[in-house]
Amino acid sequence: MTNLIDSAGLRNDGRKFNELRPIKLEVGILKNADGSAYIEMGKNKIIAAVYGPKEVHPRHLVRPDRAIVKCRYHMASFSTDTRKNPAPSRRETEISKIIRQSLEPALILEDYPRTAIHIWVEVLQSDGGSRCAGVTAASLALADAGINMRDIVASCAAGKVDGKVVLDLDNIEDMEGETDMPVALMPNIGEVTLFQMDGIVSPAEFKEAFELALSGCQDLYKLQKQALFTKYFGTDKPQVQEGE
Amino acid sequence: MVAAKRPVLESLRRDHIIELLGKGQRVDGRKLTEQRKLTIETNVIEKANGSARVSLGDTEVICGVKIELGTPFPDTPDKAILIVNAEVLPIASPQHEPGPPDEEVIELSRVVDRGIRESEMIDLSKLVIIPGQKVYAVFIDISVINLDGNLIEACSCAAVTALATAKMKSHELSSSGEFKQLEDIVPLPTNRLPVSITVAKIGESLLVDPSMDEESVMDARLTLTTDDDGNFCAGQKGEPGGFSIDEVFQVSENALASGKEVRELMKKVIEGAKEGKETN
Repeated sequence: MTNLIDSAGLRNDGRKFNELRPIKLEVGILKNADGSAYIEMGKNKIIAAVYGPKEVHPRHLVRPDRAIVKCRYHMASFSTDTRKNPAPSRRETEISKIIRQSLEPALILEDYPRTAIHIWVEVLQSDGGSRCAGVTAASLALADAGINMRDIVASCAAGKVDGKVVLDLDNIEDMEGETDMPVALMPNIGEVTLFQMDGIVSPAEFKEAFELALSGCQDLYKLQKQALFTKYFGTDKPQVQEGE
Repeated sequence: MVAAKRPVLESLRRDHIIELLGKGQRVDGRKLTEQRKLTIETNVIEKANGSARVSLGDTEVICGVKIELGTPFPDTPDKAILIVNAEVLPIASPQHEPGPPDEEVIELSRVVDRGIRESEMIDLSKLVIIPGQKVYAVFIDISVINLDGNLIEACSCAAVTALATAKMKSHELSSSGEFKQLEDIVPLPTNRLPVSITVAKIGESLLVDPSMDEESVMDARLTLTTDDDGNFCAGQKGEPGGFSIDEVFQVSENALASGKEVRELMKKVIEGAKEGKETN
């Protein structure tokens, strides 16, 4: 096994334990979609698009009192080191469900009875933590589509690598590290809407990793607000103050 | 295009398109032979051997090329594998949802494949390692991310640029015939740059590079692929309408003229990519 953390405590890409990868967020990048967002998180390159509220197909899925949400997480065949088979995998199906359920709590679906909201997450390049980056981008796309929301959803993972708790695992750390813990948070309401974990941690490490992931979500939330401000008010406007 | 998948276009708008064409004008103000703005960006996916993002007006596609090892098909033991797979993602338009590709998208993949294969852009016999046993497999995957007509040109342009800038690991065969992959990176050997141009027929008018609005009312389309030497290497007629013989010749001239423009741009981008520049 390669050394993932060096003697100075730096990780394989030079980050500190509590540092996110470089992040780029852009809102409103697709012409046809009602809402869209692009995220780069390390080597992850993901587009999220929202269509709707629109008519429901098939009709029997209609809910008289609220909208239904459809979500698909999908990886391009060229997104991974060895080509990914284009057929849908069980992993993608599960992640689609996890992403949908991490966003639903933020949506005021009762405002759109008898409609469907479609969330498409397209991974153009994946590098560990793509589900979290997908949630982060998708919640911006929902906001861009003008869907009524209680809060934005921000998501990132923490985990354990070489015996140390670290934030935002990249592909190597995810594959070779001990534990991965993706978390999503509605920062203003303080509700956790996605939680998964694989690997062994002690109760102390559990708490440490969970809190680290939450702090990462808070950092992402600031970037999400900035990205929305940039789209709707131009870059000249002062950015949102902390704690607002 | 399957009727049910057509964007809802008010009959007024349809009449408007046809009325304008009667005066030799198009809805977006272009001349009949004028293409929309073409932008090509290379190296957009680091994990792919070659990649390109192409926008043609508001149509936007991303192509990634993966070069892997494979076993040749039994009927072509001395040829490498070339597979083109296009996909219209659900993010591309309100009409598209996830699911197996429909006949239109399968036609798209096959027309792009034909342009590349028949132009002999890649010499597939040069990518054979051990005949009948081990060859390179070149996967060309194209994702459509925003749809506004003329996917054939956008996808084939992305595929050709991605191939022309693709890099792969070299290999050697030991004296006993053992295959060994080497660490040094070499360009994928390619020869020419095929360009596919599509012309739509609406009423009596022929339009180069139809937009989605124009495609939704077109009677027929004809795609012709040309190579660097001004030869034709592939063609496809689509939709229920027909072309007169004169119209076919007219389209062949359009394909040569527009093809030349596109190829010039591609060459510039490919040269730029060698120097580390990523867009035109």
